[in-house]
Amino acid sequence: MTVLDTDTASPAAEPQAGDIPLDDWRGVAAEKADEISAGGGLFLRARSRRLLGSLLRPHRRALAWASCLIIVVTGAEMAGPYLVSVGIDSGIPAIRRGDWAPVGAAVSGILVTALAGSLLRLRFLKLAGRIGQDVVYDLRGRVFRQFQRLPIAFHERYTSGRVISRLTNDLDALGELVNASLDGLINAILNVAVIGVVLAVLDPGLSLFLLICLPALFLLLRWYTRGSRVAYRRTRETIAALIVHFVETLNGIRAVHAFRREPRNDAIFHELSADYKRANADAMRLMAWLMPGIKAIGAVMTAAVLIFGGFQVMDHALEVGVLTAYLLYLRRFFDPLQDLAMFYNSYQSATAALEKLSGVLEEEAGVPEPRQPVQLPRPVRGELRFEAVRFAYPRREQQSADGAAHPEKIVLPELDLTIPAGQTVALVGATGAGKSTLARLMCRFYDPDAGVARLDGIDLRDLGDGDLRSAVVMVTQENFLFTGTVADNIRFGRPDATDAQVEQAARAIGAHQFIAALPDGYATDVKKRGGRLSAGQRQLVAFARAFLADPAVLVLDEATSSLDVPSERLVQRALRTILAERTALIIAHRLSTVEIADRVLVMEGGRVVEDGAPAQLLGAATGRFVDMHSAWVDSLA
Amino acid sequence: MHADRPPPMVLSMPPTSPSGGSFASLWRLKTYVRPYRWQMLLMFAVALGGTLVGVAVPLLTKAVVDGPLRHGERGELWQLGLYALLFGLAEAVLILARRLTLATTALGIEKDLRDQLYAHLQRLDVGFHDSWQSGQLVARMTSDISAIRRFLGFALIFLVVNSVTFAVVGVLLIVIHPLLGGLVVVLSLPLSYVIFKYERVYRRQIRAVQDQQGEVATDVEESALGIRAVKAFGRAGFLTERYLAKSRELRGLQLTQIKTLAEIWALIIAQPQAVLALVVLGGGAAVADGTLTLGTLIAFISLYLLLIWPIESMGWLLAASQEANTAAERVFEVLDARPRIRGSSHGHAAGQARVTERTRPDAADGAGDAEPRLVFEHVDFSYPVALDRSSGTPILTDVNLRLAAGETVALVGPTGCGKTTLTALVPRLYDVTGGRVLLDGTDVREMSLTGLRARVACAFEDPTLFSASVRENLVLGRPEASAAQVEEALRIAQAQFVHDLPWGLDTRVGEQGLSLSGGQRQRLALARAVLGRPPVLVLDDPLSALDVHTEGLVEQALRAVLAETTGLVVAHRASTVLLADRVALLGPHPSGGHTVTALGTHHELLTAEPAYRDLLSQSSDLVEEGV
Repeated sequence: MTVLDTDTASPAAEPQAGDIPLDDWRGVAAEKADEISAGGGLFLRARSRRLLGSLLRPHRRALAWASCLIIVVTGAEMAGPYLVSVGIDSGIPAIRRGDWAPVGAAVSGILVTALAGSLLRLRFLKLAGRIGQDVVYDLRGRVFRQFQRLPIAFHERYTSGRVISRLTNDLDALGELVNASLDGLINAILNVAVIGVVLAVLDPGLSLFLLICLPALFLLLRWYTRGSRVAYRRTRETIAALIVHFVETLNGIRAVHAFRREPRNDAIFHELSADYKRANADAMRLMAWLMPGIKAIGAVMTAAVLIFGGFQVMDHALEVGVLTAYLLYLRRFFDPLQDLAMFYNSYQSATAALEKLSGVLEEEAGVPEPRQPVQLPRPVRGELRFEAVRFAYPRREQQSADGAAHPEKIVLPELDLTIPAGQTVALVGATGAGKSTLARLMCRFYDPDAGVARLDGIDLRDLGDGDLRSAVVMVTQENFLFTGTVADNIRFGRPDATDAQVEQAARAIGAHQFIAALPDGYATDVKKRGGRLSAGQRQLVAFARAFLADPAVLVLDEATSSLDVPSERLVQRALRTILAERTALIIAHRLSTVEIADRVLVMEGGRVVEDGAPAQLLGAATGRFVDMHSAWVDSLA
Repeated sequence: MHADRPPPMVLSMPPTSPSGGSFASLWRLKTYVRPYRWQMLLMFAVALGGTLVGVAVPLLTKAVVDGPLRHGERGELWQLGLYALLFGLAEAVLILARRLTLATTALGIEKDLRDQLYAHLQRLDVGFHDSWQSGQLVARMTSDISAIRRFLGFALIFLVVNSVTFAVVGVLLIVIHPLLGGLVVVLSLPLSYVIFKYERVYRRQIRAVQDQQGEVATDVEESALGIRAVKAFGRAGFLTERYLAKSRELRGLQLTQIKTLAEIWALIIAQPQAVLALVVLGGGAAVADGTLTLGTLIAFISLYLLLIWPIESMGWLLAASQEANTAAERVFEVLDARPRIRGSSHGHAAGQARVTERTRPDAADGAGDAEPRLVFEHVDFSYPVALDRSSGTPILTDVNLRLAAGETVALVGPTGCGKTTLTALVPRLYDVTGGRVLLDGTDVREMSLTGLRARVACAFEDPTLFSASVRENLVLGRPEASAAQVEEALRIAQAQFVHDLPWGLDTRVGEQGLSLSGGQRQRLALARAVLGRPPVLVLDDPLSALDVHTEGLVEQALRAVLAETTGLVVAHRASTVLLADRVALLGPHPSGGHTVTALGTHHELLTAEPAYRDLLSQSSDLVEEGV
């Protein structure tokens, strides 16, 4: 065995005790979860610029107005040194002559410009602030809607932590850009441009030095741009990783405590936050060179002007006042350049964030809304049909994300199935037989790779989301409760339901009793994710929610798994009535469900292997369902 | 703001009074700054040096105007020009030094604070996490801590440097011309007062913004975690509306804050210009009557212009300080929350049964004479009143239960009767509010937390998997576990399917990895619990998501495990109950809450307890009842 072999040895060569290397913990991702876009940096930048453009376009007029304001403000501010020099150069000799008018004019000029500058700046700051907030609000809405639109498959690989990161931290980066920097930018550009002109007019000769320092500035900026782009991209990625881990820890805190994961989590978090720190440090270091770089160029320029200007004054080719003004303006030329650099820094940071956000926005909905939705005929009958449906994980489009071939797991090779309206169907079979996949296809959480799933003869892909969701509702074993009261959560199924209807739904599935016993009854706050309710209670609330939604098709995926037997019995009794005029697809490991089913489908390897009325299947001497049923009866003991 | 939903508060700590010391929270940051005090000092010094060098340049201008230009000395001009260059370059070098130091210092403090916040949050009890939305905590971990970093790295430095600059330049101005200089200094006082007034308003506004940002983040988190429910009911529109409403509120709060800031700013930038006008007027007069040279006036004005930036920047420096102050306030709110569940510091090491007086024999309990391993003694539990204003509602009342070593007891009772809560008391995810839980004769509250939790392994109803490899998820609590032990645990939980995953045990699962079915996740969680054969095993309805076939196999294997361990198993089904030696039936206690109403073997209870029969007999009664 060579040394190389030990390195690549199978995991069976177990690392000892606590010394699992820190970077091993993640494991190998089966799907490339990271970023959506694979394109090059150029593409990314173009994309984020496009997004920025589309965000700013609606505010063109306001931006133009804001620019006008800031131009006036800048003009007022720049008049300052000029008025001062007027006051000195022509005012003082006039005073000596006893004429206070020129000084008075200069002084009032300074006062007026100060007042105007201040008021207009106030106006500008409010306007710019509003534009900034509107842009962020606009983007918030766009990204949030897009996340809501993107299919379950997307969310499964993108993770909630990254969603949070995009909608908080990345948006903040843009917020910082638009909030703080708009005036800085316009101000700086104007200053640089106007002062550049003023300098050129004041003394064209001295201004030649400016031309010499421009290439230096340009080179410096290009160097900075290249580095910071990479650094800021890394800050976006590392903060997202940090947030993902943070959120995961908080949401799994019970397991963290029970399994004493704190020290290891600490180590992982330290590592992640060190990554973030390094990325930030790189960005800050680049900035650390950029700012003094500009300053140094300015220093060389100032010294040169001082010396050569001085000579010219001695040669009487230049007024002292002009040289003083020139030096003052020169400083005002380089200070805004620093501001410009600051703005550019925010811009680079925001661009990196916008790259991520535009990636989300341009992600195509894998389960897209139809362009021209077909109206679902009312009343919805609830007939379901699968025609040659094929489905595999992971989906093909994800497969190519990192170029590597992933093992494709075919769940449904080719399924044909018709469920007539009003039928209650029990889906049974071992784990991995494809039952849940079937249910999810029915709710259009995914689209089939091939074949068609139809509701009342209409391809699900042609139905508008609203139509589909009001017709088909699924209850699963994961019952997510939202912040709010119990009643709010039940009403999630039908927002316009009255209190009486909410209570009626709860009564119908046997949840009323426990809800009424809660401290505030239906108005009880469920706390974070329903933490104060037991799993069974959450399931009952979810049932009431589905019942209230009153769909034509009800899909129950292990929806009673956490209920105790009497509750399950109550639910099933209710289901008999509820399901009477509805189509239902019920997945349950416990075959008690079968009692309320009109038809049983036994699935295996993505195919229906037995199909018939429960009595009919049970009547057979042998068969999978007979075996399952007897195993289940045994388990009841 | 939003009166209907007060922001979550840790009630174990005093609510921060909005009128409290203005920068109290910032001052508390000193602990985090201390390790970097030399770097901070360096930054102060360098920033100060940079500013002073900056001051020197206009003085040079004065020297040039009054010196060589007047006398026509070319050599002197060269010399002074060279000085100007050196000073300029020195200023650049000093800025570079400050910014380079900044990169390590501010980011270092930020990282320390963030790491500590995380470590602290991890150790706060489950009760805390029940009441805090993670969105609020994410906001504190990211934007609040970043605001603190920006303050320490920039605002703080420049607050000090600008004050020093102001003082130095002020003195210089007074030296140059006492009357004009004094005027300049005096005229800045009313400005300070107005700013101070504004800042108090601003502080309240910024806090409101930060809190609302947390609210918005919470909505985002919920929309991501609850995406299935949202999709299933087609309620994206509803959620989006709710989110946008909160975002609009945030926008409104931010606009108010921007307005305040703009007003402060407008005021601040007007002041130095107005003073400048006076200087020109007064200075011009002074030059005219010969009490001031022209060069001195120019120097005076140039120097005064140096003051404009320090004055103007006060606006955003103070704003940044306020932002950091409220951010620090929010971070300390979390850091001040004390974990209500802490291990005993003189903790009894696990496994050392303390020889105390024998615990009182308990009537309700039929355990034999064997030393009981796990004892619930008059246990009461209600969710802390402080956390839930409507509470104090008892969940468990006077629960008595003893589990002999090696014994397994099933907990059976109707939905919501506190079974899960009872199991959570063993590893101290929650603490009893009355009575006690003893492990090997020691109150669990007197043991070290790690010691206790090393001995008690749990499988929760909700199988949490972390975004890590399968192996990492399995050995979570026992990194020392051997490959053989892992294999055994997988076998017991019938989780050998992991070998068929693309990278076997190295496959990443959890939110950032491969998604597994509910049954698969439950089996992994079970494998994690049984790994290393912990002395006490707490299983909360561990087989609910398994199909009958797998369930049978798991039961069989689990039975062997439970034969040697002490087990507490929440059961909804007869099949799970049969894993246990005895069954504790939970039911209502006469004075509220739930308690053990019957104890015995499955068959004893089946015959003796109608309530039990009702809970577990899964007969086809629907048919019998003719419903």
